[in-house]
Amino acid sequence: MTLWLTLAVNSIAFGGLLFLLSAGFSLIFGLMRIPNLMHGSFFMLGAYFGVTLLAVGANFWVAALASALAMAIIGSGVERLLLRRLAGQELAQVLLTLGLSFIVSDLCLMIWTGDPWQPLAPAELRGIVRAGGMIFPLYRLAVVVIAVAVAVVLWLMIDWTRLGAMIRAGVDDAPIARVVGIRVSRLFTLIFALGAALAAFAGVVGSPILSVYPGLDADMLPLALIVVILGGSGSLLGALVGSFLIGFLYNFGQARFPDLAYVILFLPMLLILVLRPQGLFGKGGA
Amino acid sequence: MKVQLTRRVPARHAAFGFALFGLTTVPLWVGNSYYIDVASQILLFAVFALALNVLVGYGGLVSLGHAGLFAVSGYTAGLMLQAGFGHAAAGVGAVSITLLTSAAFAVLALRATGIGFLMITLALGQILWGIAYRWADLTNGDNGISISTRPAPFGISLAGAPSFYYATLVVFLLALATMAAFVRSPFGASLCGTRDQARRMTALGYNVWLIRFLAFLFSGLWCSIAGLLYLYNKQFISPQVSALQASAEVLLMVISGGTATLLGPIAGAAIVVVMKYVVSAYVVRWNLVLGVIFVAIISFMPEGLVPGSVRIWGFTRRRWRAIRPGRKPPPGAPP
Repeated sequence: MTLWLTLAVNSIAFGGLLFLLSAGFSLIFGLMRIPNLMHGSFFMLGAYFGVTLLAVGANFWVAALASALAMAIIGSGVERLLLRRLAGQELAQVLLTLGLSFIVSDLCLMIWTGDPWQPLAPAELRGIVRAGGMIFPLYRLAVVVIAVAVAVVLWLMIDWTRLGAMIRAGVDDAPIARVVGIRVSRLFTLIFALGAALAAFAGVVGSPILSVYPGLDADMLPLALIVVILGGSGSLLGALVGSFLIGFLYNFGQARFPDLAYVILFLPMLLILVLRPQGLFGKGGA
Repeated sequence: MKVQLTRRVPARHAAFGFALFGLTTVPLWVGNSYYIDVASQILLFAVFALALNVLVGYGGLVSLGHAGLFAVSGYTAGLMLQAGFGHAAAGVGAVSITLLTSAAFAVLALRATGIGFLMITLALGQILWGIAYRWADLTNGDNGISISTRPAPFGISLAGAPSFYYATLVVFLLALATMAAFVRSPFGASLCGTRDQARRMTALGYNVWLIRFLAFLFSGLWCSIAGLLYLYNKQFISPQVSALQASAEVLLMVISGGTATLLGPIAGAAIVVVMKYVVSAYVVRWNLVLGVIFVAIISFMPEGLVPGSVRIWGFTRRRWRAIRPGRKPPPGAPP
């Protein structure tokens, strides 16, 4: 029983991390119609920035925010300088992000070596919580709280602000949004920067749990991909539900069937593809 | 136009004969068995790239899961050989299992085209990678599978590098001939039709889904043969073969050489394999180089190296004719 409860807490915490990662992925996919195959690289590079700052003695939250800011700058640079050149050629854009992800992963290996880095959780969150005879690690609970807080802020931004309305218009129909005077290309840069920042933030917040190692990008990218296929692109609620579902499947799969954990992870995606393919690739369809 | 055609065909035949002569004599002028092995790998990856080109070039369906199919074939044969089956049984088993997997891939992935197709094939390829890497009881995990012998078709041993090279060359030529026939066939034309005008093809009464499905199987067939060649060449297979990097590598071969051409994937395979060996000899950063080439080609030469070179060659030849002495330059040509 305790094992199951511990697994459940871990699953929820992992789901929270996944939401931070895939919310940006989903918005980018919804707006720009491309899966950003370097999203895992944003996560890993952000985590490496964070652990480097922690190693020189920075405060945990300062490191997380600084890393997010740095990645926002890098992300908007990638969008403006590289992806913008290939506007309209979606396939070329996807392949470009794939090529960039290889470059980033090898550069990270070069700079931070192959040894994993695992920073400590911030001092104030290192303890445990006792409830009903059970022990919960405080940091994992904090991760859930952070993810929920970010979800609420994103939801408020998308549903209640002018900027959010513009983003929703762009997701629904980019050409018409352009016609009515919304500068969709500026939104592209903004969303790309936001997605990169969220991924980097998730990378730093997740580093005490997951540690940072070469190949972390390739581990996280498929998870974001599944979450978005499950939840539907451009939908925050979809990303939230999908993240927690995948968080549970991932942790329980690892515990019960370690050999087939990866296959179990992809089964719901295949099921969704077979049962409701039409709702999965945005409104324009394939 | 007609004059050009009759003038070009003999040149083409001559070039083909010259290339064939060069390919058959590789073991003689290369000598070192290590480099003969590299040549075998170029040919087997050319078969792989040609197979992927059926979908990417002629079908307009970019797959990022083909390394998975390639690995299924190698793993099936490797496991069957380890279980004590003969080479013939292992080969037949590998091809049939890979065809079944391709059919499953196609049924799922062909629910979409374009980006959706790419994402689904990527996910499916990752599943196969997950099985190869994690399901250690079956696949021996990261340690991979090694086999002790190469087959000896018609009593000819393929143990040495030159004899293996010739076997690979025969398969490669067979693949090339099949692809050439495929491209000229009505089926090849209808596949191009589904790429360019899927809706019109439907209106004309073609079953677009079925055409794509069969093209996927055709591609899977040659993937499995390339996978078999790979297993026998290395006598070893590991999860690395099915990783996303491997799918990206073969896609780079197709794109860098030029999609929807017969020569492009072959040139691309030669470029990528040679680069990989050269780069690995000096630096350990192959992935970095792979990424940089990928980005450079997509940004600056999206048509690929072979069509790009043909374009530049045609351009310089026209220029040369225009400025040749004793001929009046056509109006508008720069002096």
